[in-house]
This record gives sequence, structure tokens and C-alpha cells, in this order.
Amino acid sequence: MGAFQRLGQWSLGVLERLGRGHLFLFRTLLALGPLAMRPRLLIRELYSVGVLSLLIIVVSGLFVGMVLGYQGYITLVDFGAAEILGAVVALSLVRELGPVVTALLFAGRAGSALTAEIGLMKATEQLSSMEMMAVDPYKRVIAPRFLAAVISLPLLAAIFSAVGVMGGYFIGVGLLGVDSGSYWSQMQASVDLFEDVMNGVIKSMVFGLVAAWIAVYEGYDCAPTSEGVSRATTRTVVHTALAVLALDFILTGLMFGDL
Amino acid sequence: MHFARGDRKIFDGLDITIPRGQVTAIMGPSGTGKTTLLRLIGGQLKPDRGQVLVEGQDVHRLSLRELYRLRRRMGMLFQSGALLTDLNVFDNVAFPIRENTRLPEPVVRNLVLMKLEAVGLRGAWALQPSELSGGMARRVALARAIALDPLLMMYDEPFTGLDPITMAVIVSLIRRLNDALGMTSIVVSHDVAEANSIADWVYLISDGRVVDQGSPSQLQREASDWSRQFLEGLPDGPVPFHYPAPDYLDDLMTGGRS
Repeated sequence: MGAFQRLGQWSLGVLERLGRGHLFLFRTLLALGPLAMRPRLLIRELYSVGVLSLLIIVVSGLFVGMVLGYQGYITLVDFGAAEILGAVVALSLVRELGPVVTALLFAGRAGSALTAEIGLMKATEQLSSMEMMAVDPYKRVIAPRFLAAVISLPLLAAIFSAVGVMGGYFIGVGLLGVDSGSYWSQMQASVDLFEDVMNGVIKSMVFGLVAAWIAVYEGYDCAPTSEGVSRATTRTVVHTALAVLALDFILTGLMFGDL
Repeated sequence: MHFARGDRKIFDGLDITIPRGQVTAIMGPSGTGKTTLLRLIGGQLKPDRGQVLVEGQDVHRLSLRELYRLRRRMGMLFQSGALLTDLNVFDNVAFPIRENTRLPEPVVRNLVLMKLEAVGLRGAWALQPSELSGGMARRVALARAIALDPLLMMYDEPFTGLDPITMAVIVSLIRRLNDALGMTSIVVSHDVAEANSIADWVYLISDGRVVDQGSPSQLQREASDWSRQFLEGLPDGPVPFHYPAPDYLDDLMTGGRS
């Protein structure tokens, strides 16, 4: 009986949290309208969420591209197909690794920072004090951060993929001797703007929405203590990673398979 | 008014009236829900039963827009100060003015300097919150709370953790601001001497109810045993020193086996 009770209690807790999360998202979306009147708030957040994530995205993109170049070459050269290395690197990045790895890195760099910042604002009563000053925290704090994250992630994913392609080029062409013309022409011939690039963009937009939602919600909903903030930050990274990987599976099935 | 958190009743038929234009102190032991009461008045929490009326308006029946309009006429000083850590002193005080009005920047500047002058910190306008002492942070928070000239000012434990000089400054500021700006003030505190020195009326609350009320002098003369113990800070009395426990001797003799 105790175990059943605990299971029931846990399920109710999860459902309640999901409900609160959706209400939170609804209020955040409503608060996006007034943001158009105050673009400066959004620009500031775009800088801290997007621009400050650039370094980790560029460096990671470069290394992932270089590893893809190596691994791709090692596999392809056995079949005498090293010329299609450009297509392999680009398709891997644009379809999968770009959106997914960027979202995972984003959760670790910007998502956790957003959660910690909002959580600390809650713990130090800054959000309460805003409410008492007749300032809606959804409009002033949540919406700009949410929108900045939603906008930043697809852009960062595009940069990640572009830098990755360059990384693959440095290794494949620069180091391993693949023909430069083949690298680019095979890429151009194989990568379709709508089938591959747009689907990758759609993926990164969905991941951006989910990562932003989880990050700001965890911060807003955390227990207002140092332990609460720390747990919320961890939850942001874990939940975003799981959600992104699960959604990637579903979206890949819908876009490229017959799900 | 009734309010509970889970199974724990915080207020069980609490009934208080705050006289306009006066300083009302609400005192009681820690954990009696004094801060919760301020959050209920400010509409941040909703009572399970009963009403909170501010200027005749039921706070919890207002739409969100109406509630925010009412809050423009309320100020609250949080125990922690709750200054926005990414803004300096000037911008903190200017925050509610900029957010709620369309005043030109030179007017905002003058208003902010006037509020900072009132709390004696005009010279500190450029400091960051991290550069302020606890007392200074609370004074900046006070300047910010009065930035929109509220009709109702609420103070949450304004004297806690302050050195004697800063405490005296805050005590005198609360009284002076109340009288000079014609506000109504609610001071929630368990610092008996300080609260009594500025309050026109005192409510003592415990176990979710008002246990005593009156002017400070009245309470000193006619207080119940419970109130006397609280007001005079006696370690034992109607509020026992010991948390309920089994018999001491039995507890020792059984070696923790019972």
C-alpha cells in the first residue's frame, strides 16, 4: 500500500509540475507581445545568452567537424569513396550533430546560467519585489530570456554546422589529401536546401523552444534556497538533454523516415 | 481570514484593521506568518477563506491588471532588501519609476536623488548593491519602495540584523516618512522595543489569531500573560521554554529505547 501511495503521489506530483509548466509557458508567450516595445531588453539577453555562448559553440563545432573528417575519411577510403567526405561531414552536421550538440552545449552553458540567474533572483526575493513594484516578472525577466534563447539556438546551430564543415575541410583536404573541389562539389550535390538544411533548422528551432522553456521554468519554479537553485540547475541540463535526444528521435523519424 | 500551507494552518480567523495614516506594528514569535500576512495583503498569496481589503478593494478579486495598478500605490520593504543585483543604487531606485511611468529622464533623476536624499544615501547613487552594507542596502530598498509615493507601506522585519546606529536610522525613517508623506505603514517585526517606539497601534499574533491589540502604552499596562511574556522577552511562561517531550528522567533512563 505504501509503495502504491508513493507511486500515486509521485505521479500526481509529476502531473502537477507538468501543468504548472504549461501554464508558465502560456503566461510567458503572452508576455512576449509587450517585448516588441522594448527591444533593448531582448538585445541584452541575446548578448548574454547567444553571443557569450559563441566561443564554446565555435570551438566544439570545429573539433566535431575535425573528428567527423577523420572518422569519415578512415571509413570511406577503404571503399575508395574519400571524395564524398564533404557530403558526409555536411549531412551529419546539418541534419543531426549541429542541432543536437548545439542544444546540449547550450543547455550546459546558457540554460544552466538562465536557471541559476532566475533561481537566485527568486531566492533573493528580487522577483517578489518586482511584483510588489507593479512590474510583471514575466514581462521583465522571463520573456526576454526565453525569446533570446529561442532565437539564439538555431543561429548557434547554424554557426556550429558551418564551423564543423570547415573543421572537416581542414582535416580532410588539408591533412589527409582529399581533393578540395570534390569536397565542396559533393557537398553541394548531396545537401538539399529543404530536405536537409531546413529540417535541421526546424529541429534546432524545436530544441531552442524546449531548452528555453526548461531553463526559465526550472529557475522560476525552483525552491528559493541555495540547494533549490543548485538542483534546478542540474535538472535543466538533465531534462534538456533527455528532451532534446528524445525529440530528435521523433523528429528524425518524421522528417527522414516513415514514422 | 484563513490561510494554510498544506495541513498547517497559518491564519485561523485572523481579523485585523489597519488605521489609515498611522504606523501599525504586527508582532509575534518567529514562524507565526507575519511575512505571509504582508504577501496576502500585497496579493502575492491568496487566502483560503476571507477577504483582504485595501482601500475598499478586495485584493484577491482584482484582475491582474487591477492588482498591478493597486500595487503602484503600495510599497514593500523586504527583509533582505531584494535590490536588483545587476543595477546600481540609482537604477534600483529609478526602476519602479521607469517601469511604471513615462517621465522624462531628467525628472526621473531628480526624483531618485530626492528619495536617496530622504534616506541619506544621495552620495551613494553610483554604488553597486554588492558594495553596500546591510543597513545601506535596506535604506536603498526603502528609497526604492517609496519611489512612487505609496499610500500603503509595508515593512518586513526592517530591524533584523542591523547595528544599533543603522537600526535607529531605520526606526526614525519609518516614522518620519509615514508622517511626511501621509502614508499608512505596516511594520511586521519581532523587535519589541523598536516597533513599540514608532507604532501607533500594535497587534500581537500567535497561532494564526490576534492575541492582543492596543497602543504600545496600553499593551504595557493591560497585556495578557502571553503578551507580557512576549513583550518583556521572558524565557518561560505561557509559551513554554521546552518543546513538548517525554518525561526527562524516563528519557535518560531508557537510553533512547522508548
